[in-house]
Amino acid sequence: MSPFPTTPDPGARPVLVAGGISDSHTWNLVYLHLLLEEHGQRVVNLGPCVPEDLLIAEALHRRPALIVVSSVNGHGYHDGMRTVARLREHPELDAVPVVIGGKLGIEGPPGEEEVAALRAAGYDAVFDDSPAGVAAFRRTLAALPQRALV
Amino acid sequence: MSGVGFGAFVRRAHDAGRLVVQPRMGMSSPERMRAGLLATRDTAATTVGTITLDSYTRVGDLDSARLAVLEGVPLNGYPIAGHERATTRAVLDGIHGPGFPVQVRHGSAAPQHIFRALTAVGLDASEGGPVSYCLPYGRVPLRDSVGHWRASCELLAALRDSGAEPHLETFGGCILGQLCPPGLLVAVSVLEAMFFHRHGIRSISVSYAQQTDPRQDAEAVAALRTLCARFLPHTEWHVVVYAYMGLFPETEHGAYALLGKAAELAVASGSERLIVKTVAESRRIPTVAENVAALEHAAAVAARTARAPLEGTGTQTYAEATALVEAVLALDDDLGRALLTAFATGCLDVPYCLHPDNAGFSRSYIDADGRLCWSDIGKMPLTGIADVRPARAITSDELLGALSHVRRRYDRYDQGEPAVL
Repeated sequence: MSPFPTTPDPGARPVLVAGGISDSHTWNLVYLHLLLEEHGQRVVNLGPCVPEDLLIAEALHRRPALIVVSSVNGHGYHDGMRTVARLREHPELDAVPVVIGGKLGIEGPPGEEEVAALRAAGYDAVFDDSPAGVAAFRRTLAALPQRALV
Repeated sequence: MSGVGFGAFVRRAHDAGRLVVQPRMGMSSPERMRAGLLATRDTAATTVGTITLDSYTRVGDLDSARLAVLEGVPLNGYPIAGHERATTRAVLDGIHGPGFPVQVRHGSAAPQHIFRALTAVGLDASEGGPVSYCLPYGRVPLRDSVGHWRASCELLAALRDSGAEPHLETFGGCILGQLCPPGLLVAVSVLEAMFFHRHGIRSISVSYAQQTDPRQDAEAVAALRTLCARFLPHTEWHVVVYAYMGLFPETEHGAYALLGKAAELAVASGSERLIVKTVAESRRIPTVAENVAALEHAAAVAARTARAPLEGTGTQTYAEATALVEAVLALDDDLGRALLTAFATGCLDVPYCLHPDNAGFSRSYIDADGRLCWSDIGKMPLTGIADVRPARAITSDELLGALSHVRRRYDRYDQGEPAVL
């Protein structure tokens, strides 16, 4: 994981990692950065508190293979809905896979209705921070095309 | 030292032999916020109150905070700039005062709107800092944060003209919550306190967040006290310990054992105040009842702990912190500029911090004895001072292991087990 915040490999389409709009937490993003690299992905880590406009501009510029939104401050559901709605307004970003995970509500894991609403708004997958959620996320990563590992 | 305000309350409690305990607590509903403050005040402990703000207010997105208030959407804190002033005055009415001062906690790199809102309702105590509420916390450039914090200190300091004694607490003793070696935590806490002082604040608390090893923590608080005595003359200051700010134990006995260790650290090190964590910490934002239980547990442990501070100098942490503080002060007479230069050149470098203004060369690890150590000091002036063990790049599993080190250790012990922690 060095140097921050972008691992060098200009050829491959990167994975964009972003904290929620109002979420200042960092360790979740550092962990995802390492995990994605270990799965052969090039990572552009936008860090915590990523506004929609920045995420959209970076996505348009970098054409990522995947966008991972991570939030643990309890605003993940509301912030995440905003982010994906804005992102999907751009036809160029219509086909980019976008996933969200973490602690998404202030009262514990999201319910089925909230997960369905996040998916309807444009997320391809929603992960909670349980061991099952992490395992599901790892399976998603394993299914992604990898850059050559050296 | 005027005898009024948050700092004076804490000093009187300390002189009377009591540790002040405080929750992190903020709800968007004014009724629930008031009930939380009342419950804190009426706890069987010496307490001060907290209004923790929501994340939208923290990042300056006041439209979202106001919209949430209008629509009744619950937030993760109290939107002090989203509610009417009269509403917040009613929340505080008959509660905030000399016997129960209330502090606003926020996390903002641009807190002018927060300081205006809190002074407008008669409050005068808050916390943060130009480094600690910028680098680990978002995307605001450090240069902007330094300017915002200068203006915000001056805004708060102006209250002194009317006889108040506004209080600020550094958050610098907690950078990133975990895996930052204590020498750097102490240095940043001292530098932020000096920054507050240079911009007119005369009642200051310096934070230190409990880390992985009780002995190292005790050394760190002793170093912090020694450096404050040297660098904060003519200032009313005290030390506030934060109960562990990383991944908290998931079991009830583990959470209480770790909180108890924080209370012991606070009292034994001669610290004056403790901010608690609760049994709910690993899962969600705690309820008022969980906070009250944590406050009472911490106060009970504190009451049976004796003050036994270590010698401040002569430790690894003291040597590292002193070298860092002196190196930064030598960079520029203006402390704000000195901090900017320090981060631009890697003289200060927070491990694992993703902010573009952080050099990002330093790395840390937890050694076999549980102490936080450097595996890479980057360009920090710690050559020959820090004991550096170069390590290969960390994997995601190893990072998770280090982040969960404290949680695992405290969850593992059964209730009643002697504390061999």
